[in-house]
Amino acid sequence: MSTTLSNPSSTQAQSAPPPFTTRAGAWLKANLFNSWLSTATTLALLYVIVRSLLAFVDWAFIHAVWSVPYSAQGIADTTVCHNVKGDGACWAIIADKYRLILFGRFPYDEQWRPAIVVFLFIGLYVCSAIRKFWGKGIATKPIILVAVMAALATLVDDALFLLIDIVASLVGRPYTQPPAVLSAVLGYIDLTGRYVFMVATTIIWPMVGVWVITLAAIGVLMSGGVFGLSAVPVDYWGGLPITLILATFGIAIAFPLSILIALGRRSTKMPAVKMLCVLYVELIRGVPLISVLFMASVMFPLFMPPGINVDKLLRAQIAVILFAAAYLAEVVRGGLQALPKGQTEAADALGLAYWQKTGLIILPQALRLVIPPLVNTFIGFFKDTSLVLIIGLFDLLTMGKIALSDPPWQAFSTEVYITLAIIYIMFCYAMSRYSRGLERELNSTQQR
Amino acid sequence: MSDNTADPRLIGARVAPKRSLRFSWSDPLFRSIVWQIVIVGVVVSIAWYLIHNTNENLTARRIATGFGFLDRVAGIPIGESMIDYNPAEHSYGRALLIGVLNTLKVAVIGVVLATILGTLIGIGRLSKNWLVAQLTAFYVETIRDIPLLLQLLFWYTVLQGLPTARQAWDRNVNGSVFLSNRGIKVPLLVWEPVHGWALLAFTAGLFGTWLWSRRSRRIQAETGARPATWPVALGLLIVPPVVVWLALGAPFQIDYPALRGFNFQGGGTVSPEYFALLLGLVIYTAGYIAEIVRSGIQAVPNGQWEAARALGLRHGAILRQVVLPQALRVVIPPMTSQYLNLTKNSSLAVAIGYQDIVSIANTTLNQTGQAIEGIAVIMAVYLTISLSISLFMNWYNAHIALVER
Repeated sequence: MSTTLSNPSSTQAQSAPPPFTTRAGAWLKANLFNSWLSTATTLALLYVIVRSLLAFVDWAFIHAVWSVPYSAQGIADTTVCHNVKGDGACWAIIADKYRLILFGRFPYDEQWRPAIVVFLFIGLYVCSAIRKFWGKGIATKPIILVAVMAALATLVDDALFLLIDIVASLVGRPYTQPPAVLSAVLGYIDLTGRYVFMVATTIIWPMVGVWVITLAAIGVLMSGGVFGLSAVPVDYWGGLPITLILATFGIAIAFPLSILIALGRRSTKMPAVKMLCVLYVELIRGVPLISVLFMASVMFPLFMPPGINVDKLLRAQIAVILFAAAYLAEVVRGGLQALPKGQTEAADALGLAYWQKTGLIILPQALRLVIPPLVNTFIGFFKDTSLVLIIGLFDLLTMGKIALSDPPWQAFSTEVYITLAIIYIMFCYAMSRYSRGLERELNSTQQR
Repeated sequence: MSDNTADPRLIGARVAPKRSLRFSWSDPLFRSIVWQIVIVGVVVSIAWYLIHNTNENLTARRIATGFGFLDRVAGIPIGESMIDYNPAEHSYGRALLIGVLNTLKVAVIGVVLATILGTLIGIGRLSKNWLVAQLTAFYVETIRDIPLLLQLLFWYTVLQGLPTARQAWDRNVNGSVFLSNRGIKVPLLVWEPVHGWALLAFTAGLFGTWLWSRRSRRIQAETGARPATWPVALGLLIVPPVVVWLALGAPFQIDYPALRGFNFQGGGTVSPEYFALLLGLVIYTAGYIAEIVRSGIQAVPNGQWEAARALGLRHGAILRQVVLPQALRVVIPPMTSQYLNLTKNSSLAVAIGYQDIVSIANTTLNQTGQAIEGIAVIMAVYLTISLSISLFMNWYNAHIALVER
């Protein structure tokens, strides 16, 4: 009796044991050979993957040419490469051109400078990514006061120069230097103000200080002219430093700007300001970056008073800043909207003024909410800096194209494009991994 | 008695009295007005300063402003255009119109293809098959980390590395589709007015099908039983066009591409520039759309699947009737911005020589020196396209949005 009443499922289990008993076997069964359709897909895909991987390895490594002989005039003889074209990659082009691609037309003997700049940028990104460094340093009232005074002095000083400029151009006189004494005094105030500001901010917010000092060091290394470094005009800059400069300065300046624009767009008490912000954001977001870059390269010279020339890099930089600010502003606005209204009301109830409320209560929470989309936007702009190719600026991609214009190497574009893609992927992948990790971390603190 | 229990918000006396403006810095209203005047003033004066400089520069360079140049003969050679164009007689205005049409041509087809590819990849990322999931994830990760411009240049070089027209012809003498560095050549139907009428009949059939499906939906709502739609739809879509075509003589002639000298004659062409641009845009945007689709499907709670299964629905029906309509709500807003991005990214055409609006406006700008007008045209065109897409997608979003109390 008892045998007939035994649990039916257990008898079934005894009669038909599972076909796979090992863990790996079970995993394979569940994930790759689940059903006949799944099995067919797996087999077909495996075939395609193995075939293409083998073909790629064959092309990229086994049949690849790594170096070519040079003629007495230093011209590369690429017959070897042409012979294997289609069967093997010609990595010799990278060996020949990597300095040109990475550093552009920067004087060859001075290329250690852009190399250091690239490492400084990477160090800057790594430092910024470490959350331990985000905190506040020492912020006492006197230090803050000194920082504000220094910043004000510098600003007033710059404003004076600009005013002299504007007045001169409106009166119709060509641009002239202000009197020597005034110029010297203003220059002195300017320089001291900058140094004091840098030191003071480093004490208050170490992160801001690190950024200001690194960016200053990068400026010195690239342009030279001081500390015994030979001066290198902007026209000779190129390659990876240009890409990094456009992306980093673009975002570093656009980000604070975007916060102001987002706040302006959310403003309820200032309809005129709100309208300006909406107009700006929607206008910029409605047009492609190319058109803004064209505007910067073609129309910007028309905007300036006669006699003042703004170099191409700065013009492109301004375009990138204006463009990035609109997109970042929308991301920041998303964070502001996601914040519960109770936070604003509580801050109001405590009697905080607008900037206290915004700076101490709203922004810290709102920005924290939007860190992942912010990083995604950063990645987008890092990639978008490649568009300056179209207005003829020598960024990484442009240098790749220039390297390809050398007659012996013209046929080997795939190799160059793959190399460039790997460089871009390294930067973007690092950022996106970081963003995902951060998202997980922030989410875990919010789970109760 | 009732007065005492009334909602206090409705009692007029409780509402804060309207204050008049005090001219004091401690009055928030006064402060905000002053700040607004200051900010608007600064913006206006900067704008005025820039315009002043521009005018001065334009006079110095003797450039006349205005859109008069649009009527002048363009002289821009245009490789592919959807309307009749001859550089020796047609105007800049017409050349720019061709640019707009070319932009739309790549944007519309690109949006459709990117949506299809992106949706497939997005579903693939959620596949139970580990290999499919990993492969699609790899695709999404890689494609999104490479600048679009680099991808476009790559595809363009690949297409230019294809065999020449003569080689392509020699290798596929019996074929009718040719892939060469002059683009893709396909056989084309010789267009007759009859085909236009047949197309009209097809459109009428489409409208009829729509009416019929509305009717059957109403019947389903009333009786619970849905009358079969597909036989009627099939009949309406196939019978009228075929009847019209047969009644008008059934012309059917196909123009095959043939080699004349070094290039192909006859047939339809997809130019390598257009194809590279389309390929790049679709592959790049599909990576983003895949992520949107994936997160949209994941956003539908598991309980919805379980509840639908408990009701006895089959897998396909669950996906179509329960999950997708809910996922669509999450998906539409980010999808809109991807469509907008694709349209704006089509402006990169200028880098590979496809003559879209940016490319033609840029040539115009270089030939005539009308920088401001040229850029204004580009911006106006894209603003119009962007606004139209957002308006349409907003309408669609409102249409499918969750109706709450």
